[in-house]
Amino acid sequence: MRLAPFRILLGLFCLLVAVWLVMPTLVIIPMSFNEKKSLAFPPSGFSWQWYANFFTNPDWLSSFFNSLRVAGLVAVAATLIGTLASLGLSRMKHSGAGLLRAILITPMIVPGVVLAIGIYAVYLDYQLVGTTTGFVIAHTMLAIPFVIIAVSASLEVFDVRLETAAASLGADRFTTFRTVTLPLIAPGILSGLLFAFVTSFDEIIVALFITSPYLKTLPVQIFTSITRDADPTVTAVGTIIFIATTVIISAGLIISSKSTRS
Amino acid sequence: MSQTSHTPTAGDENPRPSGAMRGPQRRLRLAAYPSLLAMPALLLLIAAMGYPLLTVTLRSFSDPAWGLQNYVWFFSTPVNVTVLWRTFSIAAWVTIVCVIAAYPYAYLMTAVGPRLRLVLILCVLVPFWVSGVVRTLAWVILLQDSGIINSVIRLLGFDGVKLIRTQTGVVIGMAQVLLPFMILPLYSVMRGIDLRLVQAARSLGARPARAFLQIYLPLSLPGVFAGAIIVFILSLGFYITPALLGGPRSTMLSTLVQSQVLSLLNWGRGGAMGVVLLVATFVLLALAAPLMRQRHKQASRS
Repeated sequence: MRLAPFRILLGLFCLLVAVWLVMPTLVIIPMSFNEKKSLAFPPSGFSWQWYANFFTNPDWLSSFFNSLRVAGLVAVAATLIGTLASLGLSRMKHSGAGLLRAILITPMIVPGVVLAIGIYAVYLDYQLVGTTTGFVIAHTMLAIPFVIIAVSASLEVFDVRLETAAASLGADRFTTFRTVTLPLIAPGILSGLLFAFVTSFDEIIVALFITSPYLKTLPVQIFTSITRDADPTVTAVGTIIFIATTVIISAGLIISSKSTRS
Repeated sequence: MSQTSHTPTAGDENPRPSGAMRGPQRRLRLAAYPSLLAMPALLLLIAAMGYPLLTVTLRSFSDPAWGLQNYVWFFSTPVNVTVLWRTFSIAAWVTIVCVIAAYPYAYLMTAVGPRLRLVLILCVLVPFWVSGVVRTLAWVILLQDSGIINSVIRLLGFDGVKLIRTQTGVVIGMAQVLLPFMILPLYSVMRGIDLRLVQAARSLGARPARAFLQIYLPLSLPGVFAGAIIVFILSLGFYITPALLGGPRSTMLSTLVQSQVLSLLNWGRGGAMGVVLLVATFVLLALAAPLMRQRHKQASRS
């Protein structure tokens, strides 16, 4: 009972932290229905105009579809390359595996701007600035660590003896992989795919350097719109992304809880 | 290891009871060279990260002429040294704020029931559901002079505080972005702490504060170290948040690199700054790695 004041204090402090974490996400939603072209809070009136602007303005729409296309390609490429690498790493027995894993994960910690000026310098030489290929190569490199982490996590709990069992029953290497290994590590691959997509869809620093007037991704468009003028369309875009993510994650949770129950 | 001496095509010469079947032959190849599977990833990494970083490093020594002049310029210009120092001090502040906020939060996550825990975890994950740039705009809305935080402060009867375009504003925004990287490792370490140890200390007569300081805190330190290292290193390279929330007096190194390269087209000087940032990151990582490993061992031993 003597601990009660301490518990109340702890609860209040954590409530404050939770508000701090969530507030920036939630403040975006009311702002997106603002009637005036301003970012002052609280918003006044109610209108759909910023949503209408997003869906009719070619700048916003094209950057959205550019991001969707780049992120889709990156998700496929990074998942493929990253899953192969994780499989290789899990089968390596000597100490080189740890070193190789550390090397493959470095893109996560290299300061973004340093990487960005390097990629920009190289892309200027090879005419890759403002091309889909350029974006996909850079973003795939940035996304691979997330795939490796996700797939490695599910490979760690994967029982290798299942593969041996399949092989002893006469399955060849490919059949074993397709019917035993792949289904069991599928959740890891799927979350890797999702992480890769989000990494590319959200990436801004490298994108700011290798963008061109002909190929802008959504984060670049958002950034230029914030720095140029206080355009509330950004808040509408933020709300759309937030709702889309919520729907996708809820769907994923419902599907996974159903499949574990059955 | 003896298998590695065989070339991949020599697989069927290997005496195996299963004979010349296709399956075992393939398994042998992959079993001998599993690292081949990681080759595509490694090649992409060399092309898209190694080569660009090499280019930056080379230019820092060769542009406009070979020599160390870019580094001499960097360390002899007071503005640069100020910004370098400020970058480290902002990163330190962000780390401290994150530790203070995350420690009780992660503890509460281990102490409450599953339902409330889900809510707490959701609060950590929701920030990731909106793109990073949008979140920074939200901080502009919150921190501006007529923003919510200042309204609340005025409502409580205090004078408004200048938050936007100040170092405080940058730290508040960056810490919010990086807080999950502190909470999650802390939570995973705290979840593994055996609370009976604390009970044992209490039953032996230790006051709650002493039991916490001597038993719980040392056991949770690996999580603090792991989180702090990640937060500090990620802070050093922050670019978007300081650029949008900060003013000229809170410029960080990344912004300086960007303006040297894109505005002044000075690849040598920008490259030298980039190399300084890169070296700082990896030196810190190298210093922290053995520390973290040692702490982990201690924790698992006790």
